[in-house]
Amino acid sequence: MIRIANGQGFWGDSLEAPVQQVRHGPIDYLTLDYLAEVTMLILQKQRSRDPKAGYARDFVDMIGRVLPDLIERRVRVIANAGGVNPIACRDAVLEIAKKQDIEVKVATVTGDDIMARLDDFIHRGVELKNMETGEPLSAIRPRVESANVYFGAFPIAEALGRGAQIVITGRVTDTGLALAPMIHEFQWKADDWDRLAAGTIAGHTIECGAQCTGGNCQVDWETIPNLADIGYPIIEAEHDGSFAITKHAGTGGRVTVASVKEQLLYEMGDPREYITPDCVADFTTIKLEQAGPDRVRFTGIRGRAATQFYKVSISYAAGYKAIGSMVYAWPDAYKKARAADKILRERLGHLGLKFDAIRTEFLGANACHGIAAAEPSPEMARDLAEVVLRFGVRSSDRVSAERFTREIAPLALNGPPVVSGLGLGRPRVEQIVAYWPALIPKSEVKPEVTVWPSEN
Amino acid sequence: MAKRKLIDLAHARSGDKGDSANIGIIARQPEYYPILVSQVTAERVKEHFEGVCLGKVERFEVPNLGALNFLLHQSLDGGGTVSLKADPQGKTYSTALLRMEVDVDSL
Repeated sequence: MIRIANGQGFWGDSLEAPVQQVRHGPIDYLTLDYLAEVTMLILQKQRSRDPKAGYARDFVDMIGRVLPDLIERRVRVIANAGGVNPIACRDAVLEIAKKQDIEVKVATVTGDDIMARLDDFIHRGVELKNMETGEPLSAIRPRVESANVYFGAFPIAEALGRGAQIVITGRVTDTGLALAPMIHEFQWKADDWDRLAAGTIAGHTIECGAQCTGGNCQVDWETIPNLADIGYPIIEAEHDGSFAITKHAGTGGRVTVASVKEQLLYEMGDPREYITPDCVADFTTIKLEQAGPDRVRFTGIRGRAATQFYKVSISYAAGYKAIGSMVYAWPDAYKKARAADKILRERLGHLGLKFDAIRTEFLGANACHGIAAAEPSPEMARDLAEVVLRFGVRSSDRVSAERFTREIAPLALNGPPVVSGLGLGRPRVEQIVAYWPALIPKSEVKPEVTVWPSEN
Repeated sequence: MAKRKLIDLAHARSGDKGDSANIGIIARQPEYYPILVSQVTAERVKEHFEGVCLGKVERFEVPNLGALNFLLHQSLDGGGTVSLKADPQGKTYSTALLRMEVDVDSL
């Protein structure tokens, strides 16, 4: 049995979680997810300003904190912290190790960045069509800012096989981070679809960190103990593909069939077809059992052959947006917010600005649930203590978006009464970076694994 | 027959896939699952999210988890970074769906 822990569900997750996973009990592998879809573009921008940037700096700081523990406890680390510059991330980790006088073998998985090859692909008829709209990439080619292939678990497993204690990747699937140690330790074959599916589902269960151990859990949430020190998830993986999800003893949170089911359904499409580069996993074959306190056992998982494609995540510039807000207080808070909305729209109309979309929401009344929450009743509209008017615009024209940002604050003095600007000042205009999902034949790209110091 | 809100029969989690939201609802007891299957149809969900879901609703059954998964296409004002919504990833749609009423004999 091997223990695979998750210490980071997204970039911005708890800085203490990875430390807890390493120090508060036994684990063999620590996996960390740093890359959301838009993160790549942010990192790309950082690298264009500084060729040594473009990776998750938090990861390097974390390694600096726990490196002696990793060595002493023989914990191996797998992280997609490399972003658009895994080599620079590796160098930063090696530098920290050197400062601490520790020798450590670090591998990188690269080759996912296909930005420089896009024109060649399009020229050769690899269209990179948008998976949602069917449009070919050529439609937005000049606006593309980053393009990365999602690799799977096998290149990471190769790095582990070559002795790396820390594996830093660029874009790989979240599930691949956890599946890789199983492939490596149990020597699973590339066509062992059931086991690969089991490892993939194990990876899906822990990829969002504490969201499977009692975080954001709807069942009996008030009785879930000690969320302040919530335990992050650990897979106890077996050779045959069965596994248990648990957490370190003494930590907060709760691992139950209910908490695990919620995470299983998170970001789910067709549950019979969960497609990764490694296999197609069938979530309708999972058998769950509460095998003890804070321990859920998974058996029976079946999978099918992987497809011939990698998914590609492409980001591109798609105009501008700005969002401002004002808070209206009792009495008639909702009515005042609605009146302010009407006034604002009239003023924007008079200015003749160009917007692709204008959206108003009334926080405190019905913003989250929209029509499902229905219009507030007349009593509620009158009695609500406050309502936040949240007003957003989207435009391909930066000047229009900028001009809009000057129209919010004046409402405090020249609109409906009893209002605060929330101390936020003028809204900021943001460039929109949109996401373009596509597929590419696996034959077009090849992952590269490099180990440092090299084997020879 | 009595009307009950789904939140008494199920728990849920929602998230995003581009401009689509997914909502997984899970029966709190095995005997509630058939009620979900027969009454929480794709058509009713589409109606429930009128004005929010501008595309089609797909439903998938996950009987081994006592769960249904819904994909609500075109529901996030473009999704992710494009969206002007306060909830651009549909994270709160889970309980929006659990406001739906169903007919039950007794609970």
